[in-house]
Amino acid sequence: MVENRPFLTFLTHAFLILGFAVVALPVYVAIIASTHDIATLMSGPVPLWPGSHLIENYSMILTSASAANGLPNYSHMALNSLIMAVVITIGKISISILSAFAIVYFRFPFRQLAFWIIFVTLMLPVEVRIMPTYKIVADLGMLNSWAGLTIPLIASATATFLFRQFFMTIPDEMLEAARVDGAGPMKFFRDILLPLSRTNIGALCVILFIYGWVQYLWPLLVTTDPGYYTLMMGMKRMVTVQDGVIQWQLVMAGSVLAMLPPILIVIFMQRLFIRGLTETEK
Amino acid sequence: MFKKLTLAAAALALSATTSLAATEITWWHAMGGELGKKLEEIATKFNESQSEYKVVPVYKGSYPETLTAAIAAFRANQQPAIVQVFEVGTGTMMAAKGAVYPVYKLMKDEGESFDPKSFLAPVVGYYSDTQGNILSLPFNSSTPILYYNKDVFKKAGLDPEVAPKTWKDVEDYSKKIVSSGAAKCGFTSAWITWVQTENLSALHDQPFGTLENGFGGLKTQFTFNGPVQVKHWANLKKWQDEGLFKYGGPVGGDNAATMFYAQECAMTMNSSAGRAGVINNAKTFTPGFAPLPYYDDVTKEPKNSIIGGATLWVLNGKDKATYKGVAKFFTYLSRPEVQADWHQYTGYLPITNAAYDLGKSQGYYDKNPGSDVGIKQIMRGTPSPNSKGVRFGNFTQVRTIVDEEFQALLAGKKDAKQALDSAVERGNKLLREFEAAN
Amino acid sequence: MDTKKTTFDSRLLPYLLLAPQLFITLVFFIWPAAQAVKSSFEREDPFGLSTTFVGLLHYQRLFEDPNYIDALIRTAVFAVSVTALSMVLGLAFAAAVDRLTRTGRVYTTLLVWPYAVAPVVAGVLWWFLFNSTTGLMPFLLQKAGIRWDHDLNGTQAMILIIIAAAWKQVSYNFLFFLAGLQSVPQSLMEAAAIDGSGPVKRFFTISLPLLSPTTFFLFIINVNYTMFDTFPIVDATTVGGPAQATTTLVYKVYQDGYLGLNLGSSSAQSVLLMMIVMVLTFVQFRYVERRVQY
Repeated sequence: MVENRPFLTFLTHAFLILGFAVVALPVYVAIIASTHDIATLMSGPVPLWPGSHLIENYSMILTSASAANGLPNYSHMALNSLIMAVVITIGKISISILSAFAIVYFRFPFRQLAFWIIFVTLMLPVEVRIMPTYKIVADLGMLNSWAGLTIPLIASATATFLFRQFFMTIPDEMLEAARVDGAGPMKFFRDILLPLSRTNIGALCVILFIYGWVQYLWPLLVTTDPGYYTLMMGMKRMVTVQDGVIQWQLVMAGSVLAMLPPILIVIFMQRLFIRGLTETEK
Repeated sequence: MFKKLTLAAAALALSATTSLAATEITWWHAMGGELGKKLEEIATKFNESQSEYKVVPVYKGSYPETLTAAIAAFRANQQPAIVQVFEVGTGTMMAAKGAVYPVYKLMKDEGESFDPKSFLAPVVGYYSDTQGNILSLPFNSSTPILYYNKDVFKKAGLDPEVAPKTWKDVEDYSKKIVSSGAAKCGFTSAWITWVQTENLSALHDQPFGTLENGFGGLKTQFTFNGPVQVKHWANLKKWQDEGLFKYGGPVGGDNAATMFYAQECAMTMNSSAGRAGVINNAKTFTPGFAPLPYYDDVTKEPKNSIIGGATLWVLNGKDKATYKGVAKFFTYLSRPEVQADWHQYTGYLPITNAAYDLGKSQGYYDKNPGSDVGIKQIMRGTPSPNSKGVRFGNFTQVRTIVDEEFQALLAGKKDAKQALDSAVERGNKLLREFEAAN
Repeated sequence: MDTKKTTFDSRLLPYLLLAPQLFITLVFFIWPAAQAVKSSFEREDPFGLSTTFVGLLHYQRLFEDPNYIDALIRTAVFAVSVTALSMVLGLAFAAAVDRLTRTGRVYTTLLVWPYAVAPVVAGVLWWFLFNSTTGLMPFLLQKAGIRWDHDLNGTQAMILIIIAAAWKQVSYNFLFFLAGLQSVPQSLMEAAAIDGSGPVKRFFTISLPLLSPTTFFLFIINVNYTMFDTFPIVDATTVGGPAQATTTLVYKVYQDGYLGLNLGSSSAQSVLLMMIVMVLTFVQFRYVERRVQY
């Protein structure tokens, strides 16, 4: 701080606290709703304060509610979400760091083309190309498999791009020193690039884990075996009730729990996460 | 000892062969929540009743998600044997002649007894071709009825045992309810498209489209901008302005049920399958059940209402053994006790006469007042070409259009005639598009 | 596009390194995209039993359809509004946190987590919050004399999806702006302070101009985000209504293709969307490329 201005500081705090209150409102309401019974939720605006059904609702969602909705156990779905998020994270990082290495440290015909092919996919959303993509996954016999669930989501222009940007900032002297020592490309990659990229990899892990955790439409389409249900699919199924009534208190309890892992990761790995978002994307 | 061993081995071998030989029949459905659980229970019971076939129910999301998933799977040659398709998808499925194995043909090929007459006529009529052949197996059918809050009626000085019969009654009752402060609004409605447009047309014997509401072929045109429909939409707008009617939202109108449970609106019109939900949620008041209201200056004898819900379609491209199993499963599904159980648990209509009779003999309808309102409503009178049902291509989008035009009406951007004319005109374009693609 | 000045010499290795990424991209992105282009010239029934070539018919229909043109304009309005709202808020939060040395980290923690909320869940939360009967917001607004009914009032529906979409993006913008602000050289600020300019003036004369590259980068990212990733929010809150008031381009693709099974038209719409994305991506890429060469 350059100088001390108590009033401005007070305003700053007030603004940030207000900002937090507004940002937190939807989640606060979800938490409140998860502590009431359905009759209370259905009879007018949601109360502002917690009710007395917290333990009941949360133990229901963790035990019997899943079966009552024809879902696998909550813990089973959580495990599936975890597997999916982890596989996607590892897959994306592995293939992206390799291709970024190729693009930055080699000159070869069609390099430009390869880069553009990867880059153009940056934001082709699943909704837009879902039918043909499904057909390919089916033709390859990858329906109902972890491969089908994860591999089509592994291609990532973003991660490739982030690594590329980072490699560009590594001084050329490193490479020259390595060449003087007679190190080949893969040795350079293993002994120099990988260790240097540690922070970037960590940062990407946070971001990509969240990406994998929140997938919904793709797993719904390519799996027919409830054994592959993820939390997002489970929550959505509980909301999609035909001609019936949505058990909002349970949906909210389930959503709150499903939100927790990525939020906790963001909070506890904040430094890495911020670095991942900001420093590499420039 | 030796004997025991061989017995055990034989038993083992036997169980191994039977479990190996069980032909799997995949069944994609859209029943989330409690209904999905019940559906899976039915499949389990069938699987336990025999050992040759194993029905595997798979939840595939909402109705549109299930249909799209099935179509994508068909194109990739990964289709399920059975798929549950909602009523607006009927036009799409019927036009897809190469993709669908008609149920009547399947049952005949597999030598299962299958008599169209054993089904409730209005249900089966909706899903038959013009020759009366049943193309898909009715599974969960429902029809809209009126729900009302007896306590609010009492508070407003109305007789809680007398439900409104005509729209005039609905208007008068609503006025009393709102002016006495018993509730904030008189009535709301789920499914503006299905209840206040399609069913309204059927009840008053008004054509929804040409060629018997589309049953006669793809050249059909919409005609739901007739005087009765225009008058009704104009009334809804007027009642909204007077605070008697509240809009429940597009598509299924999720808010309608919520407003009814919250006792904000004294009456709602929704699927008869919503009955279980109403009973579960109406904890602080007593709900009443009644047929849909009608205009007594248009007709003295309203026609039967039309159904909604979904049926089971069989897809082509499976082997003979699978179809044999599907036929067996359909026979099982049509059993009176299975049907009655599903109907009584869910609130969907009983599909067969036998299931209805079984319920009657069990005294179910006497013990559960209001549970047969929907059945009586679809069974009354003789169905006319206008009350048999509706069958149009691209109907999901047409319903979206009807919703949009209704919203434009309520927002005051168009009057009832303009809104319906525009809906018909836009809908006809989609019909021509469908005709060209099929 | 640049590589390093010095590179490795190997003919086969770079292709091997690229192979997994390229294979997945070609198989799961490029090929389906090509299929979409092909089917945009065809009329086909949903099951794929009969296909006829119709040329540019679907494109022609789209540009004649006032609803499509409306959706195009609406999407632009939506994208710009969400971007503006979430960037202004993100910047304001960042500027505030940047002022606080000790408590800044606490506030950062309090503001970053919405990034981690799944779009599907976010949609459900906002639907619940603004539900006209059970929701908290209509109830509070009623007390303030505002009748909230996003089922009928198109403007309110638009406001709802703008708020919900911006909510998820504020934390992202906040972090970028914060990083940008923290890299503003302290010496510059101190010099300005000695010259007598107050904190507000310093923010507008020094920090903001220095943030312009970040701002441009965020603008592109945010526009892309609102165009595509807001789909679950629209689907859960307004379903594109009332009377198409919140039907964005992506939502229309979904409605016509996924719900309506009109594959030809929805493919044509996808192709147009892809073209928009490519232009945006290209602009972004040119920009980023320029920055790297600084």
